Amino acid sequence: MSDAIATRPLGADVGRLDGPRKVTGAAIYAYEHPLTDPAYVFPLLSTAARGRVVGIDAAEAQRLPGVLAVLTHEPAPKLADTSNPELAVLQSPAIHFRGQIVGAVVAESLEIGAHAAALVCIEEQASEHDVVLRVDHPDVFKPDDDETDTAHGDAEAGLCPAATVDATYTTPHQHQGAMEPHTSVALWSDDTLRLYESTQSVHGVRETIAEVFGLRAEQVEVTAPFVGGGFGSKGEVHANTVLAVMAARAVPGRPVKLALTRRQVFTLGSHRTPTIQRVRLGADASGGLLAITHDVWAHTSRVQVYIDQIAAATRMMYAAPSIATTHRLAPLDVPFPSWMRAPSEAPGMYALECAIDELAVALRIDAIELRIHNDPPADPVSGKPWSSRNLVACLRQGAERFGWAGRDPAPRRRRDGRWLAGTGVAGSTYPVFHTPGSQARVEFRADGRYEVSIGAMDVGTGTWTSLAQVAAEALGVPLERVALQIGDTALPYSHVPGGSAGITSWGATLFGAARAFRDRHGDDPAPGDAVTAGAPDNPAEDAYAMHAFGAHFAEVRVDADTGEVRVPRMLGVFAIGRVVNPRTARSQLIGGMTFGLSMALHEEVVMDAALGAIVTTDLAGYHIAANADVGDIDAAWIDEIDPHVNAMGTKGIGELGIVGSAAAIANAVFHATGIRVRDLPITPDKLLRARVELSARA
Amino acid sequence: MDIDITLHVDGEPRSLSVDTRTTVLDALREQLGVTAPKKGCDHGQCGSCTCLVDGRRVTTCLSLAVAHDGAQITTAAGLGSERDLHAVQQAFVDHDGFQCGYCTPGQICSAVGMLDEARSGFASYVTADLTAGVVLDADEIRERMSGNLCRCGAYVNIVAAIGELAP
Repeated sequence: MSDAIATRPLGADVGRLDGPRKVTGAAIYAYEHPLTDPAYVFPLLSTAARGRVVGIDAAEAQRLPGVLAVLTHEPAPKLADTSNPELAVLQSPAIHFRGQIVGAVVAESLEIGAHAAALVCIEEQASEHDVVLRVDHPDVFKPDDDETDTAHGDAEAGLCPAATVDATYTTPHQHQGAMEPHTSVALWSDDTLRLYESTQSVHGVRETIAEVFGLRAEQVEVTAPFVGGGFGSKGEVHANTVLAVMAARAVPGRPVKLALTRRQVFTLGSHRTPTIQRVRLGADASGGLLAITHDVWAHTSRVQVYIDQIAAATRMMYAAPSIATTHRLAPLDVPFPSWMRAPSEAPGMYALECAIDELAVALRIDAIELRIHNDPPADPVSGKPWSSRNLVACLRQGAERFGWAGRDPAPRRRRDGRWLAGTGVAGSTYPVFHTPGSQARVEFRADGRYEVSIGAMDVGTGTWTSLAQVAAEALGVPLERVALQIGDTALPYSHVPGGSAGITSWGATLFGAARAFRDRHGDDPAPGDAVTAGAPDNPAEDAYAMHAFGAHFAEVRVDADTGEVRVPRMLGVFAIGRVVNPRTARSQLIGGMTFGLSMALHEEVVMDAALGAIVTTDLAGYHIAANADVGDIDAAWIDEIDPHVNAMGTKGIGELGIVGSAAAIANAVFHATGIRVRDLPITPDKLLRARVELSARA
Repeated sequence: MDIDITLHVDGEPRSLSVDTRTTVLDALREQLGVTAPKKGCDHGQCGSCTCLVDGRRVTTCLSLAVAHDGAQITTAAGLGSERDLHAVQQAFVDHDGFQCGYCTPGQICSAVGMLDEARSGFASYVTADLTAGVVLDADEIRERMSGNLCRCGAYVNIVAAIGELAP
């Protein structure tokens, strides 16, 4: 990179502009906006997994001093649109999962609300429930979705060559676990609703709440300058927000505050579905893939279909004449699933990248060389050229940095005291999504700065900083001359930044708005000159297959006696186009890899089948990686110029870090122990059981 | 039942009347408008609410306010200001030791308390020699900071930030 480019705003190593506010606790999250005389909402949740509410006795709660209202389905506060069963809060006595909202207390304080909630007696009539995902579930169905099943070539014919892998992998029900619980503060004044919300999309909340309550969009104002993590769980509106708005109607003129408790977040904040994945690979003796099949079973709520395209990456990751994928859903009496960081690719690539490792072992071919051998020159299914594809460069550079050369592929050969050591590799990919339709406003102010406004979000991704850098670049001014405004529906419309599309979509919008501003007002504007504009469509989107890529390397140590797995070292090398801010980009990639480590070794929502209840409803039962679980993790990227993706040349990075990282660890565990655990998380009991079985066979 | 108490918050005496069931965290956030400490779990499992109480790090969601009448409470806001950051806060900014920022005030207070514990010779689970002074290497920092969860996955940068200041 030349010096001239390096000193430009785009690509500069800038510390977070909101950093001082965050480290001093001055950044204001949803629950913390100063309000006069707020009331507190405490949700009441079902204890049956399926059935109906047949009686509510709230008399004692209502007598408690400080209780303002008790909301139940009788009489139901009427909603305008009840087509989404998740958001049809209190519209019927039906119970669809354990932990559903069946009422709420509104009180003068948190303490009174919690006390009153315990005094409300809810009588439920339970029906038979089922919360266990299995392949032979009698209600398994094929979702009505164009991409549910894909078939390219004759996969079955390709599955009988020199070498095959036929393996079934399972991933558990997982929980996003953002540190800030789902939180809403709602205030009605006249016919306008004001919401301070913990959300990944202020405009998404506005649209959904307006529909549910029968309001015009302008009647709903949503503010969220800082959000304490979302990871997909705050990408869509959930029942808690609807309840908060309902409760605010019950106490006119007063703001209400609703923060789900940590336990409530586990059932109301959404989750990643568990998966069962069968992957079959057929290859010739030199490792050339002839066929890939990937069949996926997942669960959904019995009353609503939600599907992740879990095998999506299998359709484009490696070259094979035949590639077939299927998805099936089991409708169960479980909470509503939704997005979780890399919703499809994180579980899907865990399975595919472990299967590739199994093939490498079966063929005695190096796991990196096998991947390089099958790197497709064009998208194997659509035939479209890649806008850029540098998986091979990531694998090669990663191998060199990690010290892969000379690795003995034989498992269970390296012992250091009680520790068995091993290394593993896996590929990563994520599509370059662009969500069109966003707008941005650029105004030149009297103080000589450009105010740039867009309803974008910073959920920890660094938007306050990186988007300001993009704006400065687009306007051709130093960073100090940009005043960025995000996180409010008062600003121009923006789509939900899901699928790592944040910087790519908002940035393209800012480039469009900056160009429109210069076209109209030139390089020497007068104070007050302003333009609102979006980005033109990118014609290359249809012509090219656009994806980011990466290679994960992991070193593990497994305690030979206890089965404890430690990960002293992880390295990821990525191909992500142009990097807007290396400091925050590295943090996002490392954060994704940390998520992947946690997925590989720790995380599992445990369901009690008899009660239909989540057992692990706190951060002790649902373990997410703590500091001591994480060793050295480093992330790097190759120099990649992609002229097709957008005006900046950027690809999304928020999700790439998690994709494939669990597979790299699982493959390293096999290398260390000779045991292939195909069921995440890789906990000591699974390794010990497998070892007992191995020695019984020996 | 309500009880009158005084909490010394970031150097300021604050008198208030609290429900005896009110935690220090809720008293700070809901009654005094001190929102630097965060509520992540309300179970003492995530560490987001960590403050220094009489100089020691404490999960304020598990502390009843009535039991802390007269206590000196330091939040991240009391350690430094946006224009005059505490050394630990500056190190977190320099090393990008946070992303969403929600666990961060708790991490900062925990780090300040932990550095003081190490200087005072407190051992941890991974301290090999209990008779030698504490050397805060990466493993010691990881162990001592494991009461503060970060879902964004900033641990690597948190360890680097604290390592810069470790004795």
